[in-house]
Amino acid sequence: MALQDVCGFYDSALYRLYSSSEDSHNSTWREPRAKHSGVPLSFSIPHSQNTIWANHTDAFFSLRSHPSTTSVKRPFHLSHGTTTLAFAFQGGVIAAADSRASAGGLVACPEVAKITPIHSHLVVTSSGSGADCMLWERILAREIRLYQLRHGRRLSIVSAAKLLSLMLHPFKGTDVCVALTLCGWDREEQGKEREAQRAVESKVSMAVKSNKDLSDGEKPVSFCISAASPVGALSRTESEIQRKWKDPEDQSLISSQNTTITQQSGPRLCYVCSDGTFLKGELFSVGSGSPYAYSVLDGAVRWEMCTEEAVSVAREAVYRATHRDAYSGNNVDIFHITARGWRRRERENLREEYYREGQRRRECTKVREIERKKQRRKCVTRTEDAEEKL
Amino acid sequence: MFKLSEKILLLCVGEAGDTVQFAEYIQKNVQLYKMRNGYELSPAAAANFTRKNLADYLRSRTPYHVNLLLAGYDETDGPGLYYMDYLAAVAKAPFAAHGYGAFLTLSILDRYYKPDLTREEAVELLKKCVEELNKRFILNLPSFNVRLIDKDGIHDLEKLPLGAK
Repeated sequence: MALQDVCGFYDSALYRLYSSSEDSHNSTWREPRAKHSGVPLSFSIPHSQNTIWANHTDAFFSLRSHPSTTSVKRPFHLSHGTTTLAFAFQGGVIAAADSRASAGGLVACPEVAKITPIHSHLVVTSSGSGADCMLWERILAREIRLYQLRHGRRLSIVSAAKLLSLMLHPFKGTDVCVALTLCGWDREEQGKEREAQRAVESKVSMAVKSNKDLSDGEKPVSFCISAASPVGALSRTESEIQRKWKDPEDQSLISSQNTTITQQSGPRLCYVCSDGTFLKGELFSVGSGSPYAYSVLDGAVRWEMCTEEAVSVAREAVYRATHRDAYSGNNVDIFHITARGWRRRERENLREEYYREGQRRRECTKVREIERKKQRRKCVTRTEDAEEKL
Repeated sequence: MFKLSEKILLLCVGEAGDTVQFAEYIQKNVQLYKMRNGYELSPAAAANFTRKNLADYLRSRTPYHVNLLLAGYDETDGPGLYYMDYLAAVAKAPFAAHGYGAFLTLSILDRYYKPDLTREEAVELLKKCVEELNKRFILNLPSFNVRLIDKDGIHDLEKLPLGAK
């Protein structure tokens, strides 16, 4: 997409179908004329018979048609059936999400990847309509890349989010349903051109992540829950939860990175929604499972927490949400973004955790039952002694 | 709160994306006026410009559902507060409020407002309003940003108390 724009290349067959304004009343697709330079709206929306396409100078705002006219009827009620969360702390940003895609009352796909890396220091969690999210993530990636090529430096997270929000605004009032959380680390620019070049190489290699062999970047991490952790109620053995981390293949950006958090650089979180909401913050949870996730996160997240604790809190929050919410479930994906880039924890099926917890509860109940019986026996013997004395 | 110029603030509430879009549009246009003409718009002119935009979009297919308060200080006219609503009405008022909070606070303002309040008295009056909101308003509003505009520009005052009492 980006290369096509930069070269000014248009596939002649497709272009003829989408572009000509003379026979617009014949074609069923129409290209919105965006006068706003720099933000191209070069994709089509269906031509609505009832709307009047007057020569509106402000084409940016002319696309919001009344939803009641000729929009396509949805087969089921759209809700953000998911649990995604992200929070910032001293060690970077943690983004976590479940992996269930629901369509009405059934599970359309149990293995969806809801967290998508855009570039080495930006990751996007998506919720809402799956198709819309996929498209808008691609569009965002394209615009960030084009900006980088045109201006030689990378857009900051907040600027990228603002750009996305502005691009989504013309579609407010239509059926576009997108709620994205941009999680990333802003870096201070050192040696712009060199970085831009390295970004070109690394972007190509990071564009598609597959679960192939874990190469040199893998580092097995064991999670130990410290005694001070408020989430430490669940005790785990190290072997049960040992998960591998996958780093991005290009490690060349690591060398001279500034890891301190200043006003210009540091962890950043932005929430962008298709209804126009644009929020900057340090903790977000989106989707039908978000209330359950919020209650776990609000009690446990602190700025000073260590990485292991942060990951376990995120995992716990998604687990609790998937347990209570019908539209969230299956696996949990966790990403950790630092000054050196993003890294991905191996996908974990929460069914195992559910069974482990059930087992622990049963053991706990058994232990309590035994204790209670002992207590009762003590009471009985005491009363017998008392009776004897009498 | 959006800073339109050195002595004008625009407070904007309403529908999710509309507030930011509309307010930023007005903000950039006011700044453009200053760049083109070398001096800043007066609060009255800015209010009327905002209202005109609201009115223009009202009967289009994309009306903005926003309620606004524009506060500013003019060299010749002194301080001015303009109340605008989503139907593009504008009224210059000594005090104003939007939303459900208005039901609770307007009577307090009616009772205690005088045209010659001192700065301390004004802040006390604002505190009374916030206390009432903490007591009777259904939503818990943890803190309020407070700013003061006078002949020297916009000043940040201390945030009003966190949490309901």
